[in-house]
Amino acid sequence: MLKTLIQNGRVIDPSQNIDRVTNLLIKEGRIAAIDVEPQADMKVIDATGKLVVPGLIDLHVQIREPGFEEDETIESAAYAALAGGFTSIAAISETNPPVDSAAAVTYLGRQASEADHCNVFPVACVSSGRQGEEMAEIGILHNAGAIAFSDGQRPVSNPELLRRALEYTLMFDRPVLNRPEMVELSRDGVMHDGSVSTVLGLAPMPAEAEDVMAARDIRICEATGGKLHLLAISCSGTVDILRRAKDRNVSVTASICAYQFALTDAAMRGFHTNLKLNPPLRSQEHIDACIAGLKDGTIDVIASGHAPRSSEKKMCAITEAPFGMVGLETALGLVSTHLVHAGHVDWPTVIRAMSTNVAKVLGVEKGTLQPGADADVTLIDPDAKWTVDTSNFRSKSFNSPFGGVELTGRAVETIVGGVTKFRYDGT
Amino acid sequence: METPGFLEPFVGRWTKRHLLDLESLTSDEITLLLDVAQAFKESTQDCRHKLPLLTGRTSVNLFFEDSTRTRTSFSLAARRLGADVIEFSASSSSLSKGETLLDTAKTIQSMCIDTLVCRHKAPGTPQMLAENLDVSVINAGDGPHEHPTQGLLDILTIRQHRGDLSGKTVAMVGDIAHSRTARSNIWGLQKLGAQVIVCGPSTLVSRRWEEYGVEVSHDLDAILPRCDVLNLLRIQFERQYTRPFPSVREYALLYAMDQKRMQRAKPDILIMAPGPINRGVEITPEVADGEHSVILHQVNNGLAVRMAAMWLLSAGRAS
Repeated sequence: MLKTLIQNGRVIDPSQNIDRVTNLLIKEGRIAAIDVEPQADMKVIDATGKLVVPGLIDLHVQIREPGFEEDETIESAAYAALAGGFTSIAAISETNPPVDSAAAVTYLGRQASEADHCNVFPVACVSSGRQGEEMAEIGILHNAGAIAFSDGQRPVSNPELLRRALEYTLMFDRPVLNRPEMVELSRDGVMHDGSVSTVLGLAPMPAEAEDVMAARDIRICEATGGKLHLLAISCSGTVDILRRAKDRNVSVTASICAYQFALTDAAMRGFHTNLKLNPPLRSQEHIDACIAGLKDGTIDVIASGHAPRSSEKKMCAITEAPFGMVGLETALGLVSTHLVHAGHVDWPTVIRAMSTNVAKVLGVEKGTLQPGADADVTLIDPDAKWTVDTSNFRSKSFNSPFGGVELTGRAVETIVGGVTKFRYDGT
Repeated sequence: METPGFLEPFVGRWTKRHLLDLESLTSDEITLLLDVAQAFKESTQDCRHKLPLLTGRTSVNLFFEDSTRTRTSFSLAARRLGADVIEFSASSSSLSKGETLLDTAKTIQSMCIDTLVCRHKAPGTPQMLAENLDVSVINAGDGPHEHPTQGLLDILTIRQHRGDLSGKTVAMVGDIAHSRTARSNIWGLQKLGAQVIVCGPSTLVSRRWEEYGVEVSHDLDAILPRCDVLNLLRIQFERQYTRPFPSVREYALLYAMDQKRMQRAKPDILIMAPGPINRGVEITPEVADGEHSVILHQVNNGLAVRMAAMWLLSAGRAS
């Protein structure tokens, strides 16, 4: 019987309010116990100076296979996830054809299990063909293994469709992940609407394009009682609306992308296409409001917003470039550097937002180190200084604006189901 | 050809490789560009004479957007300096075959060119080319961002007619939101000590300009008596989904410079327009062709400014 003892690490498990230096025992792919003393039959992993946390879960990973394998395959995404410390990812369809059939869900699952890297939870489309008009076959997709429903980067613009979807998914107790964006207010936009966009002449994506839609989505959620998760919020107005909704116990949750904390819209002065992001980099006042929202629990989840795009797609004018950056391998480092080491939040808050809460939002039995749980564990060196080298990315794409940037803190070992799937060796 | 005497005082004073914007230039650099342009004008009979200072060099006009005067002006400027000129249009290029912008530019570069003059609808494209290529890049207009040679020729025109810019009040009127000319003028004028007003409908003139020390007005009649110069910008109908004002008629009523408004202006007001002008929209024909108008001077100055820029970026640059 294989036993592994992770020794002398700072074990942080928000699900049990644990935060102390101790030992964690893994047995037969499951968490066995904590506070166990080493014995002869145990394989020991020395975690001195490291954090030992429930495996990180990313609920916002754009999946490009099938259709755009030049950007990323399911295999490469899952591999990149491991390198970033994620033991599970929610795979949101940015594919062609979209994941709106049982066959597509099954295909996703099969590719993931063949890759055998991290857990991959399929998220299926809300609307048929991802067209935003008619509901997809949510019941059939659910039976095929979809754990949530989302049209990904494409917001559900039709309010009646959103209402129907939130009512209908209630039957299956599954969330709808919706990106709040009123496209009429942000179309052709390239960057945050502010004093920087005024000077650069780049078409604006105003904050109100997000918060107006968030308000609408939340009201529909409140009316139906469905489970709504707002994907990738970024504005002070949204945080404010969300906070008030949560005070009324509306069943809404929200996530933010890790890159949002790292840079302001002033970075757009370089006109670099890898910084063309949706949501865009915001101004400091929005970032401050989001940090406050993270601290008081208004924002539940930090995600990577992983959006791989092959380099030729970004080698063009900024107006024509697609949105997005690869995020899986830098998300934790950005959070560690810009939130923890910058003094804004502590590690338990981060682990809650990157694991415990994510499992709750997705309704999966993960995100905990309770005895009996799957032994998905991430070891983090909170003080490791490392320089982002895009050429070492496990992702197939390199579209990161953080190449050459030094970060502090990263995953050093990623354990899925009791098996070490990734170990950091300095590259 | 050896450097002629009138250019001697300017040799080696310019250090930058590219001309991408006016925002990042110092007042000394802007003044140098203007002085060289003025010297070219005075010593070549309004740029009529050829001065083969760039013989053996090649300039490429890489234009992804339509242009009449700017393109012609750059071609002529290069030819007056003895350089070879290659015209390159997006429609006739490999771009229509799926080549990336950067690959197209690199292909052109490998033909041993010295200067790339680029116009593109996307802000930042000339900067991207400058970062990735081994040639001098001149921005000939990048979307609504900047059009540095247009800004320089506007400022040169004001300087010729009204002297030192310091303390002058210059209003840019119209579609500021979509105007690269406005942005280049704002930075250039401010650096030389002028007070800049941006004026037009509130949907096209952002209050945010106040953060940059620019006065913002939506009432032309109110600011008119204070202005030494009016620069009337074209409404760029092609860049918007929902019209930013109800009708052209209403726009003209509120912002067109006509004879009646001229009565309220300073007696020596200078009327400018970067063109192409929409007669009857932002300016009436009587004003466009009237005694205060220097619109055609602007065009002629464009040639001098572009000769100055090309010479400073290559032969005149500090080695």
